[in-house]
Amino acid sequence: MLKALLARAHQGHRTMAYPAGEPPALPERFRGAPALDPSRCPDGCRSCADVCPTDAIAPDGPLALDLGRCLFCTACVEACPEGAIAFTNDYRLATRRREDLVARGQEQALADALERRLRRLFGRSLKLRVVSAGDCNACSADVNVLGTIGWDLGRFGINYVASPRHADGLLITGPVTENMRLALQKTYDAVASPKIVIAVGACAISGGPYVGHPEQHGGASSVVPVDLFIPGCPPHPLTILDGLLRLLGRIEDGSRAGARTA
Amino acid sequence: MTAGAATRNGRALALKDVPSLEPSHFRGWLVNALRDKGKRLVSYFGSAADPASGKAAEGISLVAVLADDANGRLSVARTDCDGTTFASLVPETAQAHLFEREIAEQYGVRFEGHPWLKPVRYHHSYRPAHDAWGRPADAAIPPGVTDFFRVEGDEVHEVAVGPVHAGVIEPGHFRFQCHGEQVFHLEIALGYQHRGVERAVVAGPTKRTLPYMETVAGDTTIGHALAYAQAVEALAGMQVSARAHAIRGIALELERLANHVGDLGALAGDVAYLPTAAYCGRLRGDFLNMTAEICGSRFGRGLVRPGGIGFDLLPAQVEILRSRVAVARREVTQAVELLWETPSVRERFDRTGTVTPVDAEAVGLVGPAARACGIQRDVRHDFPSGIYRFVHLPVMTAHHGDVNSRAYVRWLEIRQSISFILDQLDGLPPGGPVAAPGVMKPDSLVVSLTEGWRGEICHVATTDAAGRFSRYKITDPSFHNWIGLALALRGGQISDFPLCNKSFNLSYCGHDL
Repeated sequence: MLKALLARAHQGHRTMAYPAGEPPALPERFRGAPALDPSRCPDGCRSCADVCPTDAIAPDGPLALDLGRCLFCTACVEACPEGAIAFTNDYRLATRRREDLVARGQEQALADALERRLRRLFGRSLKLRVVSAGDCNACSADVNVLGTIGWDLGRFGINYVASPRHADGLLITGPVTENMRLALQKTYDAVASPKIVIAVGACAISGGPYVGHPEQHGGASSVVPVDLFIPGCPPHPLTILDGLLRLLGRIEDGSRAGARTA
Repeated sequence: MTAGAATRNGRALALKDVPSLEPSHFRGWLVNALRDKGKRLVSYFGSAADPASGKAAEGISLVAVLADDANGRLSVARTDCDGTTFASLVPETAQAHLFEREIAEQYGVRFEGHPWLKPVRYHHSYRPAHDAWGRPADAAIPPGVTDFFRVEGDEVHEVAVGPVHAGVIEPGHFRFQCHGEQVFHLEIALGYQHRGVERAVVAGPTKRTLPYMETVAGDTTIGHALAYAQAVEALAGMQVSARAHAIRGIALELERLANHVGDLGALAGDVAYLPTAAYCGRLRGDFLNMTAEICGSRFGRGLVRPGGIGFDLLPAQVEILRSRVAVARREVTQAVELLWETPSVRERFDRTGTVTPVDAEAVGLVGPAARACGIQRDVRHDFPSGIYRFVHLPVMTAHHGDVNSRAYVRWLEIRQSISFILDQLDGLPPGGPVAAPGVMKPDSLVVSLTEGWRGEICHVATTDAAGRFSRYKITDPSFHNWIGLALALRGGQISDFPLCNKSFNLSYCGHDL
């Protein structure tokens, strides 16, 4: 017992100050929002699109990177002869609309809050049922980590619950495999309305590395309407938390400058 | 073992040097080795292409890889199968039970004498019009709809759980045959996470192959990416620098640390011992953040690539890692040692979910689940590759095969991995991050093994005449170990299931592929 008390004293208080204080430091090599500079693209150059594993970069037209497909793998950065693509340390990526995930080197909208009625319902108490529908367990793991003491998701009134009957919405990871499609649909149906759906990770948004496979359906929106998209492979816990807090109207700084300043 | 060709971990072999045995000889070789000589079935799979010619054949080839752990030897052989039936090995050795079900599902081969030939992942056969269960090609194959084992009798009841579970966890379906609280039998039906990985890798590598490998089991990104990289390097004759080997080793051990520490915390949570649950939950993240310090991703995405590593360590990062590992060592030690000193924890861990060494050998368990039964089995020790050829790690074992032993083995490995990382950081050798790319040899086969945190990861690749993958077989340790969880529950209580499950913490997606 004495040892347990000593351990408690030594381990200390670990819950981060964010969002009231600074967010936790991210490693220098962390890859967040991309900074694109289409003006550097040589005519007809498609080096980046050719190497992108998930075809997140449009094959023609001005440089555009779909964060809903992006694995943040840096293949495009390495392939670009002109340095037109870089990944910044900006962890804020979540959007309300699928099309807002396409980066074009201009200002990008970030997720805005739920409409007034839903915000009144869920703003101070949001219970989520997490459904893994073919995810590789990386998204699941970093969704789960928000429940640990460092992040303490419960302080925002957000909890993961054991049954869809207890839930206000679903948090979905994975590309929605054919073998999980029915289970996901039934889980969604079991949540009382009004309800919300959050898609976490490239798989749940677009199918991720599995986009195009007949064994999957290309993400959550193939089965259910999605209210919040949180891109990444997997998204950093801070990216997920930022998205959840924006949805509940607890963070409101609108958009991000997308042009490259360096 | 003389019937198979001897090979080593991460060595390319010309397909013509892989003996093609008569079916009866092939089966005899396997039965003799597995049942009588104590060898282990590492991989056993079908291949639609005739490996010798690379062309699509009428029947299929069956390829088996055997391990002699004590002597560090691998051997491989193949046979031709008419593509309809083959004699099951299972009456002689249980190790083949899931491999045969997998071959039946993928290639439509009926294994005669298999006691319970059922689907594994619930998908259509790779060979149109060849279905082991005679299902029409256009029929839907709903997951988890199968002939479950049932116990009949007064007051015997069945409890069904999943695919969607109460926690934040991957989907799977569990059927318990119970009498009151007592579990007679647990049957586990998976396949919900099936994404078609193996099928998609054929004819590669492509720009998507590495992301596939990194997401076979996302919590084992380094383990699977490393197995893939080793396979490509062997086929393409690439020489990885000593520095890249060392950094890969650091990454593999960080992955082990994050998962072992997290699981010890979760085990504490499952027995309502909250101090260790809280501390280890946080400390797991510290190890993930160390991996992110190296490569920007908490799960090691982009760190391992064929030929070496995607991210080198700068001197300043070495210092950061060294100090963080040292702090984490103190804090993890304090958090985990509380477990062994707390009677209420020991009461729940001890003698819960026991797997006997005989059963563990019979079904071919790997990783900490095997080592918790006293079995000396660790790829890093038995079939070392990369940095482990130069750093010899003793195999950590415990001896009761219960939850406590599985937890304790993890703790021993945590200590070992921390020491390993600190040693490596102290003396990182020079060398470039990535070797020059090479061209993959045609008509070859390579067996690549790594010891992921759950145990042995096996990738077997064969190439066609153009040097592209004609077959790529992935065996996650979970494939061997799910049956171990079922055995651990026998005679136990249904309320012990979460605790037993977490003590194995197996991968659904790594199994389902």
